[in-house]
Amino acid sequence: MSVKSNQKRRSLTKILVASAMMVGLAVVSFSPAQAAYPDRPITIIVPWGAGGGTDAVGRIFGNLLEQDLKVPVNVVNRDGGSGVVGHSAIITAEPDGYTIGIATVEVAMMHWVGLTKLTYADFTVFAQVNQDPGGLMVGTDSPYKSAKDLLAAIKEKPEKTFKASGTGQGGIWHLGMAGWLLSEGVDVAKVPWVPSKGSAPALKDMVAGGVDFVTSSLAEGRALIEAGKVLPLANMGDERLPLYPDVPTLKEATGSNWTVNVWRTIAGPKGVPQEVMDVLVPAIKRAYESDEYKKFMDGRGFGMIYRGPKEAYETMEKTDKSFGEVMKAAGLTN
Amino acid sequence: MDVFINAFGLIFDPYVLLVVILSGAFGLFMGAVPGLSATMATALLVPVTFFMEPVPALASIVTATAMAIFAGDLPGALLRIPGTPASAAYTNEAFAMTRKGQAELVLGTGLLSAVIGGLFGAVVLTFSAPVLAEFAIKFSSFEYFWLASLGLTCAAFVSSESAAKGLISLMIGLLIATVGIDGTTGFPRFTFGSVELLGGINFIPAMIGMFAMAEVFRSVTAIKPPPEVEQRTIGNIFAGLGKVLYRYKFNLLRGSTIGVLVGALPGAGSDIAAWIAYAVSKKFSKDPEKFGTGHVEGIVDAGSSNNAGLGGTWVPALVFGIPGDSITAIVIGVLYVKGMNPGPTVFLEHPELIYAVFVSFFLANILLLPLGLTAIKCAKQMLRVPREILMPVILMFCVVGTFAINNTVFGVGIMLVLGVISYFLEENGFPIAPAILGLVLGGLLEESFMTSMIKADGDLLAFFERPVSAVLGVITILIWLSPQLAKVWRKIRRATPLGGR
Repeated sequence: MSVKSNQKRRSLTKILVASAMMVGLAVVSFSPAQAAYPDRPITIIVPWGAGGGTDAVGRIFGNLLEQDLKVPVNVVNRDGGSGVVGHSAIITAEPDGYTIGIATVEVAMMHWVGLTKLTYADFTVFAQVNQDPGGLMVGTDSPYKSAKDLLAAIKEKPEKTFKASGTGQGGIWHLGMAGWLLSEGVDVAKVPWVPSKGSAPALKDMVAGGVDFVTSSLAEGRALIEAGKVLPLANMGDERLPLYPDVPTLKEATGSNWTVNVWRTIAGPKGVPQEVMDVLVPAIKRAYESDEYKKFMDGRGFGMIYRGPKEAYETMEKTDKSFGEVMKAAGLTN
Repeated sequence: MDVFINAFGLIFDPYVLLVVILSGAFGLFMGAVPGLSATMATALLVPVTFFMEPVPALASIVTATAMAIFAGDLPGALLRIPGTPASAAYTNEAFAMTRKGQAELVLGTGLLSAVIGGLFGAVVLTFSAPVLAEFAIKFSSFEYFWLASLGLTCAAFVSSESAAKGLISLMIGLLIATVGIDGTTGFPRFTFGSVELLGGINFIPAMIGMFAMAEVFRSVTAIKPPPEVEQRTIGNIFAGLGKVLYRYKFNLLRGSTIGVLVGALPGAGSDIAAWIAYAVSKKFSKDPEKFGTGHVEGIVDAGSSNNAGLGGTWVPALVFGIPGDSITAIVIGVLYVKGMNPGPTVFLEHPELIYAVFVSFFLANILLLPLGLTAIKCAKQMLRVPREILMPVILMFCVVGTFAINNTVFGVGIMLVLGVISYFLEENGFPIAPAILGLVLGGLLEESFMTSMIKADGDLLAFFERPVSAVLGVITILIWLSPQLAKVWRKIRRATPLGGR
């Protein structure tokens, strides 16, 4: 109930920004009259905390859409519950195009672990705007300098010699590791997963000697790679990354066919009317094609990809199926 | 040296100075309104900074956060509502001082210790960031476990009532911290099928409920109205301040040092720094019995530590791209967008930009003095408002503030429920501070323990295997045992002369 009544109010964040107007930081206008979409503020729900990659993507889209659609766009962080809270808030909102959100790859995972019933089918998908492959990184003081060496050591040494991290239990990079080990014929239980609150703490823990390797995306390890503390061994995508042209793909490194990608997709609750889609989808596409977005994504080292409503939905569907299989095989489902 | 001159040139530019002053005012507003934190101020600044050059963009964040952390003291001291979590540690103390009619002293002390702490943090950040970052990054879950345990030990120092009641209160805080998805197994706990509870109990509504709501309840249920706040106006806030600060000059240094060190540890931040500084202050004070009754000493320590912590949190963020707290997590994103990719190379590639950021730390903290003074002058009007009008206004602020965090009524619900619980706790002599400390540290304690156990395959001795961890562990255990050890020591001393007879 609280979620439904939410988007009917003007978001408080905007009221705050309005107060900031007094000190000249922002200018906001409200136009309550009924007219063609959009005639009042739009809310973008980010299912993850302020400061993360998804938050940044949500905020830059909020900004670009605000300029394009000429209505205020508020970004609201609804984090917690491994993404369940925010994604639930998106799908339970009124499907009028005034509450949309950034759906992330976790949609294809959390219902398999039994945390929620919501799936990709509960969303109206507008566009996929980003994709990043998983990676494989070790500390620079690790004796293993290639994915092949690391794999051989995992196979050879006794169970639990190696510990890996990158995200929470059953999170995307945990799945990335499990899928990789399964594809190499290694029992997933051989490498215990050390849950972390995300990629940065996991990488820090690896540098501090707490874990042996981390499977998050190479973009997330950028500062530590440049600092010479972390060595990238492979990326788990289909091709090499522009940011790290010398780092092989997993297929090149060990011959594994396993790939894992995270994506960010702009979506709303199921049942958004066509006339709203006709306004929103082209606006998102224009924002995607803007220089600001490209500059931002290149700056962060995030991968750019655009998929329209249909293709983006199919990607969600496909990910959901393949992740379900791996999670069952790896014993990650409840 | 040229780099410094260039950096000064970048900062002392009319446009940058204007941005700094405006974001300072913005930060003061955000910090002074309960529920709006320094983190939220930063998040709201981000879209604005997209259109700025790197230096004004970062200077605006530095200034807004420094102001917000101080401004959190204002509603804390005047209304017993901490404006930001970083003020929670000494809200009770500050409010007690206002009740004693020492509002000038507490606000003036808060302001000056914030300025001094902030400048100290800026010095450390400027001159030893790479070295300190090298040290901070070596901390693994084993060390964090001991740190969290040490932090919990503070509960014993921050509760002035009986130890048993303090312990119970701490346990309630820890229990509340377990609500939500269990980080280690991904299993939902105490959620009763509620999606909102999956996300856990957000700390800010909890804190507002436990301090401010409880105060509102107490005020409306009091049969005999409590003695009026004696102080109705604020005079010269600098009166007698020099003497206080001179007397506690050592506390300033200690609080600032604790602030920078705790801030530099990724994941700890200013909130925890203030708790630890306050507890340390009480532990080593000459008159610990005065703590909790409106004694200025702890405010000097904690007030300087949370502002010093801000500088500390930038250390791992700049050197390794690892956020020291939730504010620098956002800052790292801004750094990337501005092409100042964090890492040791940023000091070589863009030294003038980095030093401009450092200069902005100094500038922000110096600017805090006049702006903070103005804010105190505005805030003092609150003391003139009669209680019958003030209480409903506080209630409104509580509701608006807790709604603002996630734009959800659920936060308001949390605040109300915890307000009722803490009202009954306090009415029965249970201190509230330990429960809040439990809430702050519960997550870190559990997470660091569980991940350590996974890494060590369940071997408890692993907590003593790494050198830093071992030292921290021994210190913690000695502190825990110190009352018993002291008893034994006294017995031996008494026994020896007897044996000699």
